[in-house]
Amino acid sequence: MIGLLILGVYVAVFVVSFLAVRFLVHRTVRDYTSLKTVTFGDESAVTSNRIASVVSVLTIFLIWGSFTGSAWVPGFLHAPAPFIGDTSFTYTLESEDGERDDATVHVRVFGFGETTQKFEVDPGDGIARNDAVAMSASRSTTILFDKNDETTRKKGARVVSIDGVAIGPDRAIRTPAGRFALTDKGAITFTPPSGLQMEPIWLPPPEAVVGRLFEIADEGYRDSTLWKHLGYSLFRVIAGFILGALLGIPLGYAMGLSNWFRGWFEPLVEFMRPVPPLALIPLVIIWFGIGETGKIILLFLASLWIMAIAARAGVSGVNITKVHAAYSLGASKFQIMRHVIMPNSLPEIFTGARVAMGVCWGTVVAAELVAASEGAGMMIMVASKFQLTDIVLMGIILIGVIGFAIDILMSKAENLLVPWKGRS
Amino acid sequence: MSTLSIENISMRFDLPNGTHVQALQDVSLELNTGELMSVLGPSGCGKTTLLNIVAGFLAPTEGRIILNGHDVKGPDAERGMVFQQGALFEWMNVRENVSFGPRMKGQRERQWGEHVDHLLDVTGLGDFTDKAIYELSGGMQQRVALARCLANDPDVILMDEPLGALDALTREKMQGLVLKLWKETGKTIILITHSVEEAILLGERLLVMAPRPGRIHKEYNLPFADMGVGADLREVKHADGYADTREEILEMIWDMEEEIMGRTEDTQ
Ligand SMILES: Nc1ncnc2c1ncn2[C@@H]1O[C@H](COP(=O)(O)OP(=O)(O)OP(=O)(O)O)[C@@H](O)[C@H]1O
Ligand SMILES: [Mg+2]
Repeated sequence: MIGLLILGVYVAVFVVSFLAVRFLVHRTVRDYTSLKTVTFGDESAVTSNRIASVVSVLTIFLIWGSFTGSAWVPGFLHAPAPFIGDTSFTYTLESEDGERDDATVHVRVFGFGETTQKFEVDPGDGIARNDAVAMSASRSTTILFDKNDETTRKKGARVVSIDGVAIGPDRAIRTPAGRFALTDKGAITFTPPSGLQMEPIWLPPPEAVVGRLFEIADEGYRDSTLWKHLGYSLFRVIAGFILGALLGIPLGYAMGLSNWFRGWFEPLVEFMRPVPPLALIPLVIIWFGIGETGKIILLFLASLWIMAIAARAGVSGVNITKVHAAYSLGASKFQIMRHVIMPNSLPEIFTGARVAMGVCWGTVVAAELVAASEGAGMMIMVASKFQLTDIVLMGIILIGVIGFAIDILMSKAENLLVPWKGRS
Repeated sequence: MSTLSIENISMRFDLPNGTHVQALQDVSLELNTGELMSVLGPSGCGKTTLLNIVAGFLAPTEGRIILNGHDVKGPDAERGMVFQQGALFEWMNVRENVSFGPRMKGQRERQWGEHVDHLLDVTGLGDFTDKAIYELSGGMQQRVALARCLANDPDVILMDEPLGALDALTREKMQGLVLKLWKETGKTIILITHSVEEAILLGERLLVMAPRPGRIHKEYNLPFADMGVGADLREVKHADGYADTREEILEMIWDMEEEIMGRTEDTQ
């Protein structure tokens, strides 16, 4: 239900902002692309619309804030909040001999995260007495109304109506105070309006997540500061990737240059390529335990095949006329390797390195989820056991941001080191 | 004095499906030092195959190549190549490309610097020495390829359609440059081309090859290359005999192409 509503809001913002930008913002930049008349189907004419990206990210934060009642989102944009505060209703009791009496139940609903506190009310008189009930927002409560009544359910008394609306064992009702139903044994189940907002335990508001970020950056979590957790994960990725590249690239070159090497390693590489690194985690834990060695070996294996395949593709991608030209200019085999094959394979190797870094980053988090004493994955795994959803969310966001940053750094390095990529 | 002799070369490609292609059949010819021979022929007549054998990239199934008294066994700096395109090293700038040969021989910059800079000037690349290859136009790239080959000072230069990817105007200028460099350096050159005009203008000797099997069809000795040195190539085209030679060769190649296409007189 709520999911559909959120999807609806999301789609609505998409459409509305598209139309708004379409009709309100005119392109002032007149570049070559803007003079093209055929753009549909011309992939090169499709660029990422900056406004759309900004609105898209803002929308997600807006929906997040609005459905968690965030203090950062103005109140009128909030989804309906659950009822919090005092309310009351009147029930009519009918005793076994048909005598009727009314009593009022005072309900105090406490907000998320508050502890409920019992309170007293004047019981009044008659066979039914007034009750006081404390409960948490967005919950149901079963009210044993007859604890203090003259006659009880055991003796045959039963509730016949609430706030003047008739109720029965198979007749749930809804009044302005909330929803009511009777249990099998005749007790009243009361649910005050629960609104549409998420409880922090499912989805904390953005400010709680940011608050956690500062708190953990400051004080740490599980004996390590946030930076130490992230640093461990990064260190494992970089160590595993460098080892994988150090071995994988020469291996790929050898496979691209020698029949024997290709024949020897092809079955291995082709076999290991489709095995997801995640599937190796249990084996690595059995063999090397949960310490650094196991993690680094896992990431080494994850990047090894990717780098080997990339380097092999780099060698086979050499235009044979370049090699011929180098030979007839008098280059030796070693010089051809050094001055032709290696530089020519750089673009492929960079592509492979980007993929490998992505896979390694994903794998390290997964491995830390399974077993680790530090690391981003371990942090969110432990937090989830204590239902600290804000830490879990913060961890996921940081993992995403770091993965994105790694990819951007790699592509910057690529542009710097391989400026000829895709231009020959 | 004969420097390059091609003796009874045959080349047969065995195909995976059991058949074979006779790309060259008993091709023999001699080239003297400083001669420029252009090679013409319909597509698939084995021109590239012949050039690859002379360069040493392919071993012929029969026959041998002798250069300066020794057998050609593989590629070597004594035989330079200029390819149609794609043979430059994108990761080096213009000057690094041109000095590649000397640098691979282990020479220091003071040994090759002057020669390379001279070649860059002659080929009109003096202002582009630090440019990346992908920043150059197609014509400039071919000039780099030419300069790179000359910087290595080979005995024989082999060119496979070196100007084939250029536009008509650039091509004409480059033809002039090839003639000029040929006369200045006195290199032996084999130049494969699809353009009959180019073959006549540049070739002191002109070889017409025929397909199936690839063989020498006819050879010409022409005066136009000598006329063209330092002159306007467009004027050479008005010289005596040029038009006749052109018509004759065009006719010859046209007939061969028709034969390949399986055309007969009555289908016209
Ligand atoms: N590696 C090879 N394997 C099989 N057949 C080949 C191979 N190389 C060339 N051939 C065949 O040999 C013949 C001659 O090819 P070649 O490339 O020498 O022709 P060409 O005269 O250079 O043609 P073009 O003018 O189109 O460049 C062709 O029939 C071709 O199919
Ligand atoms: Mg060819």
